[in-house]
Parts: sequence; C-alpha cells; structure tokens
Amino acid sequence: MRPIDPTEFAKGPTLGGSARVSEAVARAIRARRGQSGETESAPQRPRDPAPSRTAYRMSRLWLTPSFRFFLRRIAPVAAVAACIGLWFAPEDNREAFMGQVMAIKAEVQNRPEFMVKLMAIDGASGELSEDIREVMAQDFPVSSFDLDLPGLLAQVESLDAVESAGLHVRAGGILQVDIVERTPAVVWRSDLGLEMLDAEGHRVAALGSRLDRPDLPLIAGEGADRVVPEAMAILKSAGPLTPRLRGLVRVGERRWNIVLDRDQVILLPEVKPLGALAQVVALDQAKDLLGRDVAVVDMRRPTRPTVRLTEAAQDELKRLRGVELGVSYR
Amino acid sequence: MTDLYEAQRAMRNMRKAALQRGVIAILDVGSSKIACLVLRFDGERFMGGDGVGALAGQSSFRVIGAATTRSRGVRFGEIEAMAETERAIRTAVQAAQKMAQTRVDHVIACFSGGSPRSYGIAGQVEVEYDTVSEQDVARVLASSDVPDYGNHRDVLHAQPVNFQLDHRSGLKDPRGQIGQNLAVDMHMLTVDTATIQNLLYCIKRCDLEVAGLASGAYVSGISALVEDEQELGAACIDMGGGATDVSIFMKKHMIYADSVRMGGDHVTSDIAMGLQIPLATAERIKTFYGGIVATGMDDREMIEVGSDCGDWEKDRRTVSRAELIGIIRPRVEEILEGVRECLDAAGFEHMPSQQIVLTGGASQIPGLDSLAPKILGQNVRIGRPLRVQGLPQAATGAAFASAVGLCLFAANPQDEWWDFEIPAERYPARSLKRAVRWFKDNW
Repeated sequence: MRPIDPTEFAKGPTLGGSARVSEAVARAIRARRGQSGETESAPQRPRDPAPSRTAYRMSRLWLTPSFRFFLRRIAPVAAVAACIGLWFAPEDNREAFMGQVMAIKAEVQNRPEFMVKLMAIDGASGELSEDIREVMAQDFPVSSFDLDLPGLLAQVESLDAVESAGLHVRAGGILQVDIVERTPAVVWRSDLGLEMLDAEGHRVAALGSRLDRPDLPLIAGEGADRVVPEAMAILKSAGPLTPRLRGLVRVGERRWNIVLDRDQVILLPEVKPLGALAQVVALDQAKDLLGRDVAVVDMRRPTRPTVRLTEAAQDELKRLRGVELGVSYR
Repeated sequence: MTDLYEAQRAMRNMRKAALQRGVIAILDVGSSKIACLVLRFDGERFMGGDGVGALAGQSSFRVIGAATTRSRGVRFGEIEAMAETERAIRTAVQAAQKMAQTRVDHVIACFSGGSPRSYGIAGQVEVEYDTVSEQDVARVLASSDVPDYGNHRDVLHAQPVNFQLDHRSGLKDPRGQIGQNLAVDMHMLTVDTATIQNLLYCIKRCDLEVAGLASGAYVSGISALVEDEQELGAACIDMGGGATDVSIFMKKHMIYADSVRMGGDHVTSDIAMGLQIPLATAERIKTFYGGIVATGMDDREMIEVGSDCGDWEKDRRTVSRAELIGIIRPRVEEILEGVRECLDAAGFEHMPSQQIVLTGGASQIPGLDSLAPKILGQNVRIGRPLRVQGLPQAATGAAFASAVGLCLFAANPQDEWWDFEIPAERYPARSLKRAVRWFKDNW
C-alpha cells in the first residue's frame, strides 16, 4: 500500500476530471510503458528527505567556525601563494621574471625626462672646475637614476681646494655643482716645499714659487700648519712691524719666532705670545728698539726681555765703556 | 549502581561542557514526529522587573533553531527501525542546525517509551555529628533500599523528593540542620535498557554527544504544568502519537510516572481500518474532521474519503462526520481509561489537588475537554507548553510540550541522585577524603 502524498490528495478537480482520476490514468500509462520498456520504474517511493550520512557530515563540517574561517580566509591565500611559489620554483622562470622587471625598469629610467645632459659648476675658479670635472669623470648624457650623487659629492669634497660643495640635478637635465672654494691665507714653507694654507690651516694648493703669491705671509717650521690661527693672530697684532716682517718660524712645534728683515728675530714665548709681541712693539715705538743694532729680542721670558746685540754693536759698547772708565782694551 | 553513577555523571559533565560552549540541541524522539531545537545560552538571565517575575530558568536561553520531521521507525515511543530513526534524527538535526547557522555537538534527548516504571524508595540513617553534612546526605541516599527492578532495566531519574529529619518532614535541604535521624524519600524511574541503548546508538551514529536523557513524561510535566500546579500537585498527561505519558507532580517534584502504550496513531489506524483507507488519508481526515462529541449537524456533514484503487464505487465513498467520531471516540475513551488506571494505581485520588492537565499532539482533538472530565475527574484542562524565547510559532503547540520541557530541563535540571556527593565508604581506597575522614574519626 503506497501512502498518498497529502498535497496530491488536496488538489482540486481539474478539467480532465478529478486529480485522483488523472493520477490513476497517469499511473496506468506509466505501467503500460513500464511493461513495454523498463523493468524498474514501477516502485516509486516518496523521496527521502533525510540527508545522506556524508551530506550530513559535510554540512556539519561547513558549520564548524574554524573550518569555515580556514576555507574562506586562509585557503584562498594559501592557494594563490602556492601557485606563485610553484611558478617561481624553476630557475628559468625566476630569471625570466627578473629580466622582465629589469627591462621595464631600464626603459623607465632611460626616458628623456630623467636624462642628465650636462654639468654646471658654480663658484669655482677655472683651474678648480677643471679638477672637478676630472675627478668626477662622468660621461653625459646619463640617467638621473644612475647618478650616485652622494658618491660624487664625496669625490668633489675630497679636493683640497673645495671647502664645501652642493650637488643636485636641476630642471632641464643639468647636474648643478655649487662649490665654495678655500681662500689661501698663508704660505707655509715645509720640508716638502711651499704650500698655501687657508685660515684654518687646511691645505689649499701647492705653490711653485714664493713670488707667485707675495701678498700672503710666510710661515715656516714643522707643525706650523696646525697652528695657523695663532700665526694669523700674531701677524695681525704685529702692527707697525708688518712692513719689516719676513715671516714666522715655528720652533720645536711649541713657540714662534718672528723674523724681520736685517736678520732680526723676535723670540716669542710659548704662552701668551701676543702680550710679548705687544711689549716688543711698545718698546720699539718708545725706544726704537728694532731700529738699533739688535740681532735678537728674546721674549721667551716676558718678565725679563733680553736683547742680543750684533758683533759690531758689542764692540762699540765695549769701546764706549772703556772711554767711560778710561781704559783701553787695545 | 556505580556504573549508573558514572554514566549519569559523565552526561552531566557533558551538559556542563555544552553550556560552557553555549549551544546545545534538544531532541524529542516521538512516535509521530522528531523535533530538534537548538538552544543558545548567552549567560544573561532575566531577573524579573517591569511587572514580570524572575522566570523559571527559561530566560537564560534562546531557541535559535527548530526543526521537526515525520518520525519513521519509532513505535510506542521506542525505536523499532534503527536506520530509519537515525535518518529522521539526522534530518531534524541538520535542518535545525541550518536554521541556527551553527554546529551542535551536544544533545539532550527524551523519549516516552520503554515502559517506564516508578518506584518510591526510602532511606534512613543516623546523623554522624550534630548537624547534617553533605556526607550525611550522601549516606542517606546511599542507604535507601533500591528495589530489584530487573537486569534489563536502567534508572533514568532518581530524584530525592523529600527529606525528613527526626519528626520534621518536607525539608528541601537538610544540610546544616541539627538532628539525629535523617530519612529521605526518593522517586526512581526505570526504563528498558534496550530502549536507551537504541536511542544512544542512533544519536551516536549522528556524530552527536549525549548530554542528558530524560523521560518524556517528566519533561512534558515541567513545561505544561504551571508553577502552582507543580507545587500543589497535579497530573500531566502527554497524549503523544504512540504512547500516552502520565506524570504526577507534587511539591515541584515528579512523584510518579507511567505510560499507556496507546496514542494518536492508534486512532489513525482505527480510522484506516474502519473506513478501509490508507493511513495517510486517515491521518488527514482525523486532523481535519476529527472530534469526540457528535452533534446532529455531524450526521449531515459528509467527508469524501476517497482512495485510488480504480474502482469508482470505492473511490467515491463518503462518510459522515458522525461515523468518524464514532470510530475515534471509543479509542480516545480507551486511552483515557488507561490513564485513569495509571492514576488509580498511583493513588491520585489521595492527592490534595486533583488537577489534571492534558497536553501532547492528541490532546488537540476537539471535544476532549468535555470527554476527559467524565473519565478523569472534574479538574481537567488542556495545557500548552510554556513559552520560551525564540520558539517559532509553529512549535508552540501542545505537541511540543516535551520538547519545550526538555529545554527547561537543559537550562536547570533538578538534582538527581548522582549529583550529590559520593559517600566516603564508596570512594576508592587511598582517597584523600578517606584519609581526612580517618583523621577526623581518630583525633
């Protein structure tokens, strides 16, 4: 006895008769067809609404929050990552990819917008700018991506004559180099020859001959380049002695000698040389000390200035003392 | 007794774990339908206010999924075809899960078959020290004389109903009270082991963990009886498809449960046999036109019974509604007589309150409220289950009394025997408690 589906039972009568009659007709037709052809169409059981064990388990699995999270968030990411990883695993693919990337990069970098065509140097004399060009040794045109500006700057600043430099790529593809040159303040005569130093004692350039720069004062002696500021101060306070000044000599890397013309020498002390010099200047102005026949003014002890006379002056002094005493050495 | 303790305690722990997780399913395995509700416990309890008192625990959860399916393979509330039942459970659980959009792993089940048998047992013990301690309660429970209920049966419920301390009776919680003689009355319900085993097997096949088992009679009583009926004494009669459950409540405890192995399905089969029609048609006619009290109008109301045998005479048969009622009424009377016998056996007439509440799917038959008083007594009403949050409208009918009761049972179960402490004598040797006890005794 096959149970009737209640919904089927509830159907109203149709045009061809009641629903049940047409159902019976349909079943008769079905049965006849079954006789002629198929053998297993007759037992038509109502559909089982129960899920299969597998379907039930799958639905429960799908409702598990962790599994859901894994499948919806982690699994897609993992799948994409795995695909990329697998593609990149062979060496050839990696190289091809990197080559592609490099080609695109080069193409972009070599666009005319990024090219640097020439270099402009500001604030450097002709000789120095030649030196800079030589040092940088940059061929133009070059892409601005290929320019190693910090490296170039270091190279430029390594030149002695350059005090500071600025380097930037200007609009229009111009590499702008701004230079502040060192100004030579003294000429230093050392064992290695003549060199020009700036006010801080930094080397500016070598000098062929003293006569090339007669305007600069001369200093000499070992270690003189390290105390150029002191030398400058001494020179500045020499005042009236300046016309007679031949130069400064560093003695024993600790104190200065002022060398005047007529081979006169002023020995300055290690400490407070300026005070001692002022003393000498005052003496000179009061007593015309240096105008006399004096070889050395020794101020190494500022409290007891000592004067060494020349040979002739000593003889003359002896003679005058003899006259005074009525004695003759001759 | 120990393995019973173990099994029931394991289930109780499972239930705690499920509540911790917050989602639990309840499964009412009936003869005509299998209902599955998914509950969510979100922790917040409604503590009353705004003219509403604190509710009886039904505010701590919410029904988030509900599904029913036609039961196949269950007869008299007992599983008859395992595979069919398993599939029906699967259908219901999957549909409820789909509605709840969550996965359920723990299930509390109830069934009405297995020929439940009630025992009232009593125990008595001397209180060890002055005041009653937990150990005393445990000992008195252990001392109660368990009747020989048979090898093939299992204890489903064992609830202490009443404690008595010396001459004072009716204590709910004797702990801390001063007295000498502690006695307990317990109600124990046993059912066939095979019924439980079959149900557990079916549930296990659905990848679910059993977090509790309850008798259908008990849970439908919880939901259909209102609080004062439970307190003052009432009988709940859950008229299901294959079995009619009787439970008697007193002081908020079930004191008796039984089941009559007849129900709505028998009415259907009577109609099918009487009118020579298929069962499905008979079920449809019963639910559409069924009744118990015939009137003159019913003689004139003709029902097309129909069939599809191809014989016109047979297919166009009609039957008057009075005839139908004539078939239904004797069977319903028979069921109610059975219930009456159960109530008599339980001594219901000695109860202070004679309230009887009819519920279950078969109680919806029109006219039952006029027939039942003639057989059962004057205080009869048709009961519907308590309302719980989120229950779909379709599941609020009387047929869902045991499902709703099971929800309440899941939310706050009564203390059963196995929820109390195990008496120290029964602890395994070398137990710490035993050592402590030895020290207490000797110093």
